[in-house]
Amino acid sequence: MAAQDRRNTEGRTGEEEVEETPLPEAGPEAGASAQTEGVDDLLDEIDGVLENNAEEFVRGFIQKGGQ
Amino acid sequence: MSVRRVTGTETEYGVLAPGMPAANATVLSSQIVNAYAASRRSGAGNFGGTRWDYTDEAPLNDARGFAVPRTAADPTQLTDVPPVLDAEQIALEGGGPAALYGEQTTDNPVLMNMVLANGARLYVDHAHPEYSSPEVTTPRDAVLWDKAGDAVVLAAVRYIAAAPGFSPVNLYKNNTDSKGASYGSHENYLVPRSVPFTDLVRGLVPFFVSRQVIVGSGRVGIGTSNQRQGYQLSQRADFFEAEVGLETTIRRPIVNTRDEPHAVAEKYRRLHVIIGDANLSEVSTLLKVGTTSIVLSMIEAGSAPLVELRDPVGALQAISHDPTLQRLVELKDGRKVSGLDLQEIYLEAAARHCRSTGTDPDTEDVLTRWTSLVGTLKRDPMEAAASVDWVAKLKLLQAYRTRDSLAWSDARLHLVDLQYSDIRPEKGLYYRLAARGHMERIVTDAEIARAVNEPPDDTRAYFRGNCVSRFPEQVVGASWDSIIFELPSRRRLQRIPTREPLKGTRALTGELFEASVDAEDFVTRLLSGPEHSVAP
Repeated sequence: MAAQDRRNTEGRTGEEEVEETPLPEAGPEAGASAQTEGVDDLLDEIDGVLENNAEEFVRGFIQKGGQ
Repeated sequence: MSVRRVTGTETEYGVLAPGMPAANATVLSSQIVNAYAASRRSGAGNFGGTRWDYTDEAPLNDARGFAVPRTAADPTQLTDVPPVLDAEQIALEGGGPAALYGEQTTDNPVLMNMVLANGARLYVDHAHPEYSSPEVTTPRDAVLWDKAGDAVVLAAVRYIAAAPGFSPVNLYKNNTDSKGASYGSHENYLVPRSVPFTDLVRGLVPFFVSRQVIVGSGRVGIGTSNQRQGYQLSQRADFFEAEVGLETTIRRPIVNTRDEPHAVAEKYRRLHVIIGDANLSEVSTLLKVGTTSIVLSMIEAGSAPLVELRDPVGALQAISHDPTLQRLVELKDGRKVSGLDLQEIYLEAAARHCRSTGTDPDTEDVLTRWTSLVGTLKRDPMEAAASVDWVAKLKLLQAYRTRDSLAWSDARLHLVDLQYSDIRPEKGLYYRLAARGHMERIVTDAEIARAVNEPPDDTRAYFRGNCVSRFPEQVVGASWDSIIFELPSRRRLQRIPTREPLKGTRALTGELFEASVDAEDFVTRLLSGPEHSVAP
């Protein structure tokens, strides 16, 4: 079983210490107001689908290394 | 020239039991295998748990002409021995996977492997459930039987969720936990042994470094454990450390040298590609397999473009880290090019190659889509959201960022990234987008449902799948290149080699299956008649 990729899986609470780095420029679609309604509707739906407590859920997703 | 080529895909799924945070991943993975077996048990026999025949596995043979001694290998490289779960591991998880699978578990407590009626393999690979598709010959069929794998593991997830006493298990078709661990989604391509391996390396490295631009799955966070914030094209890019090598679990190489052909070794190589992202987008899978097959054809014909990167691993990561696609990387001749430029170089060579050699509809389809996508990405990457996973995901993330003013470090954006790959249609964000018609489809749900149970017609997977589903009592072992029958009339096990991937097809063995009254009759006819040709 995988001993290889585990080097960073311990002490995982330390991962929040990060600088905010250059991002992809906000997508060109950000200004496309014609689609705003559709986007709002989509986000409303996805709000209802996303797991509760994002922070805890993401922190709990710990995998062992594979191929 | 054609994209037609014997191909197969492999998916290792991320596995999580939200209700059991400390659950052993190997046990959860075996629950998936056992649950699928239980859900299919109506046929009984060995179907639920056909043993894998490890005879022809050789994970330590290197295509560069040597073998790594077992004592020098990392334990995770020894994929030629069956995995076992010990009693202690199982006890830790309460009832354990065997409880899902009932009475057949007396002498084989936990299934770790299955050969499916569609010719695929479902098994526990290290700490992940893995589906390895049957061999197919076209990119479209690669999409179909890759998606069939998602349907197979979804059935297992549903079965566990409904099983009393079991904590639900979620599966994610992604490649990292962003905490330092990565797991693969591999492709396999049959290549003539006569093609020098050095030609494959030279032709493939710049292609693989840039391929993420058209088929990356996208990832929130930079670095193997999100050391920096941001968004990148690829799930896998940050986990690669070498240009060429044998390993798949450590020091991962852009070109993997594992020489385990699963076919007549004198005639064929199986190119084992480990650099791809797991794709949800059907167009992405089609292009991943289709464009790679075209590049292999060019390498075989000696017409691959001659470009050499100064630092392939550095370029892989630099290109992945820039979703604006503007980042330039250096070639050995000093020129600087973007990932999209590299794709265009390959695309133009492919178009020339196809014009001079002629094509077929499958090849035309890939070439047309590749051309159109490169054009779209040059104009405005966000316009490619319906066909490219990394763009679809980024568009969704940007919408969240805009609405709620979220920084890239926000946990909700990481959750969107993770949940994009949830294989459950009601929870998976890819599936939510697809349900709204936002994702372009290649195959239909009805075709996928059929591909869960039926093998492709035109490869040896037809033979394997039909043996397993028609003779579940007598087939006691199977692998890519063999089927093992146990028959009362024969004292010894009868091993049928299937080392020719394009034999054992419906055309060659369909009548034989129809004419045989039972397994005895089938094996007798097979070994005496002209149909013997399923074996080399």
